[in-house]
Amino acid sequence: MDLAFFLIQLLNGLQYGLLLFLVASGLTLIFGIMGIINLAHGSFYMLGAYLAWSLASMTNSLVAAIALGVVLTVLLGIALEWLLIRHFYERDHLYQVLLTYGLILVFEEMRSVIWGDDVHGVPVPDLLAYSIPLTENLSYPVYRLVISAVCLLLALAMYLLIARTCLGMMIRAGSSNREMAQSLGINIKLVYMLIFALGVALAGFAGMINAPLSSVFPNMGGGVLIICFVVVVIGGIGSVKGAMVASLLIGLAETFGQVLVPEVAGMIVYLLMAAVLVWRPEGLFRKL
Amino acid sequence: MAEALLAARGLHTYYGASHILNGVDFAVGRGECIGLMGRNGMGKTTLLRSMLGLVRPRQGSVEVRGRDMTRAAPHAIARAGIAFVPEGRGIFPNLTVRENLVMAARPGVDGRREWGYERVLATFPRLGERLDNGGAQLSGGEQQMLTIGRALMTNPDLLILDEATEGLAPLIAREIWNIIRGIRASGIATVIVDKNYGAVLGLADRCVVLVKGCVVFTGTPGQLADNEEMMQRYLGV
Repeated sequence: MDLAFFLIQLLNGLQYGLLLFLVASGLTLIFGIMGIINLAHGSFYMLGAYLAWSLASMTNSLVAAIALGVVLTVLLGIALEWLLIRHFYERDHLYQVLLTYGLILVFEEMRSVIWGDDVHGVPVPDLLAYSIPLTENLSYPVYRLVISAVCLLLALAMYLLIARTCLGMMIRAGSSNREMAQSLGINIKLVYMLIFALGVALAGFAGMINAPLSSVFPNMGGGVLIICFVVVVIGGIGSVKGAMVASLLIGLAETFGQVLVPEVAGMIVYLLMAAVLVWRPEGLFRKL
Repeated sequence: MAEALLAARGLHTYYGASHILNGVDFAVGRGECIGLMGRNGMGKTTLLRSMLGLVRPRQGSVEVRGRDMTRAAPHAIARAGIAFVPEGRGIFPNLTVRENLVMAARPGVDGRREWGYERVLATFPRLGERLDNGGAQLSGGEQQMLTIGRALMTNPDLLILDEATEGLAPLIAREIWNIIRGIRASGIATVIVDKNYGAVLGLADRCVVLVKGCVVFTGTPGQLADNEEMMQRYLGV
């Protein structure tokens, strides 16, 4: 493997990992802080991709599609939390699994009714549709670099939100002692609603920005959901920092696995999870 | 008494099948200091939690300033000017001391800003030396100061202290009592639950004794101290 090829795999692995982080960070917050197992999280990723495709073909602009799509996913998150999720906080995980599994079926059916069952492609915006040459016959697409940069910026924004803002303090306080936070006048239900909406929007946004790379197809949320649960378990449930480290680990492991040991590539992620759990059963990091 | 700050009427609260509060009436007036007394398991903490919205009473009502808040969320009751220092302190270990203090800071119901960051640090100088420490790194006494300081930062009209001096060294406990005395003198109403009956009797305007979820005595500390049967049978003194 020469250097340029290695560099490309490295960038691909990082980009994939950063994208996973967007989906997994919401999943880990919703699971770790609100205590909700959200199987429908992958559906939000799919929904984002379909929104990007359909809105981009309407507006002829991926950026406009994403801006509009983010607003829609935030509203969807708020509505879902208000209508369904908040009635399941006190319930056993089994009920939450049933509810959110049902949501997957509903979202897939709605997708089929609204957008059909075809596979679609989303063009990369013209401005970013070129590649940087690395060697004579290898080059790297700029769009992937832009995605990675955007993911990094969002990760930084999330870090600042949680570590530096008043809302972040409330989220952390609520995650360690919900009752005490309430007794200090914090409207924990509102905080939970915001966390849920943020998680939905992040997963949807990941689907939107990745649509030009992955194409848009039915059931595309399933695979992402499973990998993201692996990320959450490796990183430690409820830890955003852990989600970042685990996402990058898995992104790199899967990318290099496919190139170096293609025979066992499908297993690598799970072997990694097993190894981490043997070493640290609670995952790499603790809750917020 | 004019309109009560906090009033409970006929509260019945259950934990599962066990009947913890059996029709309790309880009221706190503005600036009043109440000693809520009784042995372990008689329902003191449950009464506090029922009034704070943390457990749902099955019957009865809770009013704050005459407004019905029986089914209100705990944060709404807190924002009506009632601050809680719970048994076990409830420090957020994943927040720094500074964050613990400022996370809930707000002006009082009537817009008062008597208690701010500087005043709390002046009252609890030891906290000022540990602002960047995590909440879990503090000693028991410091944690208690932090919880009281955090409650004061919400500029409450009523401060409820559940076992504020439990498990503290006598010297630290005395410091906490001095602080509570200062808070009381500043005009904030207080409800105090504490095993140190002597200190409670010395501080309270009125004492309420709970036995098996019923109020068996309401009166001044003097009347309670003179009532030998009450002191021996129900308080074990």
